[in-house]
Amino acid sequence: MTGTVTPWEELVTSALLGTDRRTPPRGVGAPDKEAPTALLDAAALHTVRRRAGLLPGRAAARPEPAPHDPRPALPAAARRRLAQLLADRSAPSSGGGRRGTAPDLTELLPQWLTAAGSHGYRAPATLLPALLDAARARTDLRPQTLSFAGPRGTWLARLNPEWKFALRGGAGGSVLPDPTDDEAVRRLWEEGLFAERVALLTAVRAHDPEAARALLGSTWCTERAEDRLMFLDSLRTGLSGADEPFLEAALSDRSRNVRATAAELLSALPESALAARMSGRAASCVGLDRTDGCERIAVEAPHECDTEMQRDGVVPKAPAGRGERSWWLGQLVEAAPLGGWPGRLGARTPREIVALPVADGWGDELHAAWCRAAVRQRDAEWSRALLGSPAAPPESGPGTTSLAERAELLATLDPDERSGWVAEFIAAHGLSEAFQLLGVCPVPWAGPLGRAVVDALEIARDAGSYPWSFSGVMGLAERCLDPAEATRLEVLTAIPAEAEDTSPGAGGYWSEAFQRLVGTLRLRATMLAELTPRPH
Amino acid sequence: MNRQGDRWTAEQVLALAPDAASSKAGSRLGVAGPWSEAGCAPGAVWGLCKGSGSKPYQTVVDTAGLAYKCSCPSRKFPCKHALGLLLLRATDERAVPDGAAPDWAEQWLEERRQRTEKRGAEGSPTSGGPSDPEAARRRAERRAERVTAGAMELEQRLADLLRGGLAAVEQGGYGHWEETAARMVDAQAPGLASRVRELGAIPGSGPGWPVRLLEECALLHLLDHAWLNRDHLPKPLAATVRTRIGLPVSAEGTAVRDSWLVLAQYDTQDGKLTTRRAWLYGQRSQRTALVLDFGAAGRAPGLALPVGLAIDAELTPYPGAGQLRAALGERFGAPAPIEAPPPGHSAAEALDLYGRALRDDPWLDFWPVTLSGVIPIPAEDGWQLADAWGSPRAEGPGGGSALPVPSAALSRSGLWKLAAISGGAPVTVFGTCGHRGFTPLAAWAQGTAETVPLI
Repeated sequence: MTGTVTPWEELVTSALLGTDRRTPPRGVGAPDKEAPTALLDAAALHTVRRRAGLLPGRAAARPEPAPHDPRPALPAAARRRLAQLLADRSAPSSGGGRRGTAPDLTELLPQWLTAAGSHGYRAPATLLPALLDAARARTDLRPQTLSFAGPRGTWLARLNPEWKFALRGGAGGSVLPDPTDDEAVRRLWEEGLFAERVALLTAVRAHDPEAARALLGSTWCTERAEDRLMFLDSLRTGLSGADEPFLEAALSDRSRNVRATAAELLSALPESALAARMSGRAASCVGLDRTDGCERIAVEAPHECDTEMQRDGVVPKAPAGRGERSWWLGQLVEAAPLGGWPGRLGARTPREIVALPVADGWGDELHAAWCRAAVRQRDAEWSRALLGSPAAPPESGPGTTSLAERAELLATLDPDERSGWVAEFIAAHGLSEAFQLLGVCPVPWAGPLGRAVVDALEIARDAGSYPWSFSGVMGLAERCLDPAEATRLEVLTAIPAEAEDTSPGAGGYWSEAFQRLVGTLRLRATMLAELTPRPH
Repeated sequence: MNRQGDRWTAEQVLALAPDAASSKAGSRLGVAGPWSEAGCAPGAVWGLCKGSGSKPYQTVVDTAGLAYKCSCPSRKFPCKHALGLLLLRATDERAVPDGAAPDWAEQWLEERRQRTEKRGAEGSPTSGGPSDPEAARRRAERRAERVTAGAMELEQRLADLLRGGLAAVEQGGYGHWEETAARMVDAQAPGLASRVRELGAIPGSGPGWPVRLLEECALLHLLDHAWLNRDHLPKPLAATVRTRIGLPVSAEGTAVRDSWLVLAQYDTQDGKLTTRRAWLYGQRSQRTALVLDFGAAGRAPGLALPVGLAIDAELTPYPGAGQLRAALGERFGAPAPIEAPPPGHSAAEALDLYGRALRDDPWLDFWPVTLSGVIPIPAEDGWQLADAWGSPRAEGPGGGSALPVPSAALSRSGLWKLAAISGGAPVTVFGTCGHRGFTPLAAWAQGTAETVPLI
């Protein structure tokens, strides 16, 4: 086009410079009109003509269509609920501070996603952008959101750099091959991204552990140390005696972290050779002492950490502030199978063993190591013994006073027993220390646990404090209490009479908090019912 | 009873919200907690909502006539309680059981019923007319004189501008246009005033501004000219000019009763004035109509139509060639779910339709069109809507025709929603097609009748 100037371009030039300086091209407008008017006439004609004659442009390269998602669509009510939960998330929060009586919908999103995931629904396309935005802001929502969003979610995320995160994790996007399709498995194992390979290994292992070990063994020597560590870690699920030879070989790995993880996994297999070696070492350090007529446990910590111990995963160098010998002892006892102790300590039950006095102040060290062993070996009987009675004051307990460790011990118990223990703990000690323990209880809370929490809240209210001192537990209760409790809670929504020793206005706030609790429970019940497919 | 039509979806309810804050507040009230004595009957929903005071608010909605009443002090319309009540009904059937309305609700519903019947018996809702036709004529004449003076003055200013050159405008700044716009307001020509104000924004609008400024000046000149020669114009075009100048016009055509599909509803802000636009498509008449409502000084417009539903109603068109504006008259019965999107066009046909509409109204920026079988494509320089079929790969990487989506046209969320429902497959899109491109307002995924609002 260079070189030729169109009439329109000439008009624009005249208009820019002004008709006083640049006369419009000849033939523009009627001769009896002044130059500016003639120019405007011509420009108007051109503008309308150009607009009326517009032609479409050429299409750019079209994206590949999104893969088909065969999962069923959400029931209509559930879809509306999800839209509401997501809309609440993005709407600006009002007022801050007091939460009022309305449920906090954002907090229900994870639960909704879990429930929808368990039914295997397909995410509605219109809500995919909001879902991806939600997962972008909250990393804890990502795995659930991405598997719910499915292949179309990944397809969409590829178009928007802000949703790049969705392409990284293996879980949601890529489709794993059928674990029996050897060739496809082999190809993905050799060419896949790390996350895809981890997901593949896990899937194959769930289907055929032997095949998974063979797959892992085929490339083991060429993997990077950090990848070896992660792959080894994925053996944790479904660990069995059949894994022992592989793990035993890994004890001589180049990487110290890989060696330590292999040793840890072997020690969780009570039948393994490593467990037997550790058992022997631990037994030589801990025994019964019957002097003075009473029985107690005597401890003789190891004097050295030889190369054999180190090969079995014992870390020789103690952290700052810890004695070397007690550090080694702790590791030996932690890795030794718990089943060996009753034989060593006078055919006692774990409970009796834990109750024995320990000489020379080794008690804390020994009990702490047993706690770690009970967690690692998922030994419910020892956990029970180390937890002691939930009603006893925590500081007098046998095993540990740390709530984090107690929560881990509780996790080895079956769900009912776990809930029962925590219920009793709350009944005896109130809510102030219960938060972490509640976190390991199955949702919805079992009847006795729910009642214990509600009773404790009622006691807290009657004691005259403000509800926000319990906002953590209150929030947890909104998400975890069985919705069936709503009816029973209704009485608590009334504003109690103000007693002299209560904080001013607290009754109103408690009423509000309980109203919110009841409202949220009702909403959760509706929400879950909406997700349950109904026959038409 | 057709429960499905009467019971709106949550999306439809939220589409009635006057603003984002109301929709959020309404959502929070859409749970059983704060409500008592809630119930519904055909064409009505009611309930008591616990507020901060001791006395609960009484909320009633006439779902057939789309009217709301609430004893709360809110000036929003519908208020959060009405929205919450409708949401509750949409999501929790048990919380709003069928029943007989309590007295306080029944009274208002009955009054409304009687009023509607009376209006029906009287015939036209706008009967009456001016009390003194002679005085009205004199007023109109005086106003026309003032507009004429304004138009002449504006012509003079445009001529001065062109004489001195558009390049000088860049330094002149906004003030110059504001003053001219104020003169047009004095001349009682609000349409001219707002066009002049828009001129002021062009020099700051990026590369190519002189061309756009010249185009808009030329169209403004054309409008002045058309006004000054209105007596020589065909009657429909003269009516269009009066509308464009901003003179008051009222709906005067024959009312068209149809099943009107509500395609889109959205608000725009101009200073303190909120304009609410609703695009409707008549399934029998195959006409697209624009219903406007205004809210001044922070008040939300009263118009609230459920997007994606069809309403059986009468629309009365405003005068003017190619003018789509219509007034919403009487409504009959409850809104019903639609069965299919309006029939659609290709990209080229859409531009053709816009071109044709320009013959009747050269000042048109866009024309409402439904595109069918288009694929949204995110390209380097913005989004496109491309024909899915038509001339295949022959013409380069993509092949086929495409309309650009103006960058400022849509919120990002709307575009992503459009991409999500398409998934790379053809969709049907309703929007406005003009010289700046195609602005999508609503979309339908392949083979569905569900309207997805994009704005």
